[in-house]
Amino acid sequence: MFFKVLLNLTIAALVLYIVVKFLSMLFDQVTFWVTSLEEKKRRYLLGGFGIFLIALPWLTAGNPYLLRTILIVGIYIILALSLNLIIGFAGQLSIGHAAFYAIGAYTTALLTVSLGLNFWLAFILSFVVAGLFGFLLGVPILRLKGDYLAIATIGFGEIVRLALINGGDITRGPAGIPGIPSPSIFGFVFNDNISWYYFIYLMVVITVIISYNLLNSRLGRGLIAIRDDEIAAEAMGVKPSYLKILVFTLGAALAGIAGSIFASYIHYVNPDSYTYLESVTMLMMVVLGGIGSIPGVIVGAAILAILPEMLRTVELYRFAIYGLLLIIMMIARPEGMISMTSLRGGKKPSWQFLKLGKLLKPSED
Amino acid sequence: MFGEQLVNGLALGSIYALTAIGFTMVYGIIRLINFAHGDIFMIGAFFALSSVTLFNAPLIVAFLVGMAGASIVGILLSRLAYKPLFDAPRINLFLAAIGAAILFENFAMLVWGPQTNTFPVLIDMHNYSILGLKFTTLQVIILVCTIIFMILLHLLVNKTKVGIAMRCTAQDMNTARLMGINTDRMVYVTFAIGSSLGAAAGILVGMYYQAVYPMMGFMTGLKAFVAAVLGGIGSIPGAMLGGLVLGISESLGAAYISSGFRDGIAFIILILILLIKPSGILGKVTQEKV
Repeated sequence: MFFKVLLNLTIAALVLYIVVKFLSMLFDQVTFWVTSLEEKKRRYLLGGFGIFLIALPWLTAGNPYLLRTILIVGIYIILALSLNLIIGFAGQLSIGHAAFYAIGAYTTALLTVSLGLNFWLAFILSFVVAGLFGFLLGVPILRLKGDYLAIATIGFGEIVRLALINGGDITRGPAGIPGIPSPSIFGFVFNDNISWYYFIYLMVVITVIISYNLLNSRLGRGLIAIRDDEIAAEAMGVKPSYLKILVFTLGAALAGIAGSIFASYIHYVNPDSYTYLESVTMLMMVVLGGIGSIPGVIVGAAILAILPEMLRTVELYRFAIYGLLLIIMMIARPEGMISMTSLRGGKKPSWQFLKLGKLLKPSED
Repeated sequence: MFGEQLVNGLALGSIYALTAIGFTMVYGIIRLINFAHGDIFMIGAFFALSSVTLFNAPLIVAFLVGMAGASIVGILLSRLAYKPLFDAPRINLFLAAIGAAILFENFAMLVWGPQTNTFPVLIDMHNYSILGLKFTTLQVIILVCTIIFMILLHLLVNKTKVGIAMRCTAQDMNTARLMGINTDRMVYVTFAIGSSLGAAAGILVGMYYQAVYPMMGFMTGLKAFVAAVLGGIGSIPGAMLGGLVLGISESLGAAYISSGFRDGIAFIILILILLIKPSGILGKVTQEKV
């Protein structure tokens, strides 16, 4: 058994290395092609993509399973983008993001089930409560740097999970809270996947817009400066602690929204959905796509949310493959599939990889 | 009640101390929080368990198998996953370490199954009374083992040539290389020692709770990290002290405050220590330059 698993994982590592290398080439080509398009053509492309997004649920009408996967992808895109604000823009490594996801989900569950509140009010309160927790956590721990911060956020994630399990009558322990009602607006009830699709992807679009506007604002430039060099940024008059806490709060609040949507979509919350591995999955999405790059993170979230569905036959190996993938990404392509630098355009990438000499000497790149 | 918890805390604390040494040594030499260390601890326990269940090995042999196996895993890990990243930004190295941790946990789940395996009882249990405190045989074994390992480590680091080379490498890798020290080999030696001590701790935990399971390294790893930070990361005596302080405060906290939040106590200590004295009890203060 030991050697069989070892052999399988070795093969998986080799395959992953080649896949990562190949995908990097592919994404380099595509990114180069898109960034070198004229402004007008790019707008057509964006418009076409928008129409495709609107028509998507009708295209998949015959396949509810596919649509459901697309919805989950949407929720993960919101989560990954919100984590990207913290990791990608501000450069603060947070591996406890599932905690805010859980806080959002439980806020909605408690308010709608236990207090019978309207979903929309609970939705907004989830945003506020998750943001508040982000703020309260951010104030003390954002003084930490790099890996210390990462461990502290892991600790926070575990504390939240323990609090949910030990929450007694309020959180109902490991059993969770069932029976969260579907939201409704003006008598229209969100009870089929198509209406959920539009709702979730509206939130995705809003998150993308928030991310872009933040990135291109004075605030975003300050954050990038902090990420590149905190001390130098401070010397230039950027206030690191203020900006870091702000973006941490915003990221937490957006994760709270994703939690709220997820809870009311599946009508159920329990602590098992918000474990450390969930935080790792979100981290992987950001790293795979390209830390800080918005299109990259969206692609990363889509790949890693769809991948488990395709890996059903090797379900047991899923997280082992994630671990391998993280190591291989760091060695072969640390900047992610669509990196921030490649988005700014540049030299035309080549298909060097297809030459065999390069393959045999991977250490050269 | 207090005495029992104190003894419990001492035993637990020695285990944290043994694990924390691996963290602190690796941090000292390549400035990496080796997140996979907790999982090497678990792998070591599983190796020992397998040698007992498959080959009926006696306790000493099981210890040796676990420690040797874990040090091989540690060397392979540093060679295959960390070595290519030594010159990369530290955050990449840390992410690779997280990847390795996930890989090990799931590797163990695939090989040995996700269930909790019972560690067979290999020794006769007695109760001893020392200075009015009641110890079980296992607790005595844990304390004695820890003390022996600590003395051996102290001798190795301070009295041998390898130890001197290791301390040189930790102080300044480039200068050490100029002085003719094979720094890569020193990194592997550090990983091997840290991993084998971690494995020893893992086997002791397995015997203490009579349970070995794939996720056992996750929490203990995090707590050992807390212990290392508490004592001052990079300092070996600090890791020992930090482990003992953490173990005792955790036992007492679980007994007098709430046992449900037992695992939370370590993180509260971590956040407090990082806010009050980030360099730890015995750590050195370093200045950061642009």
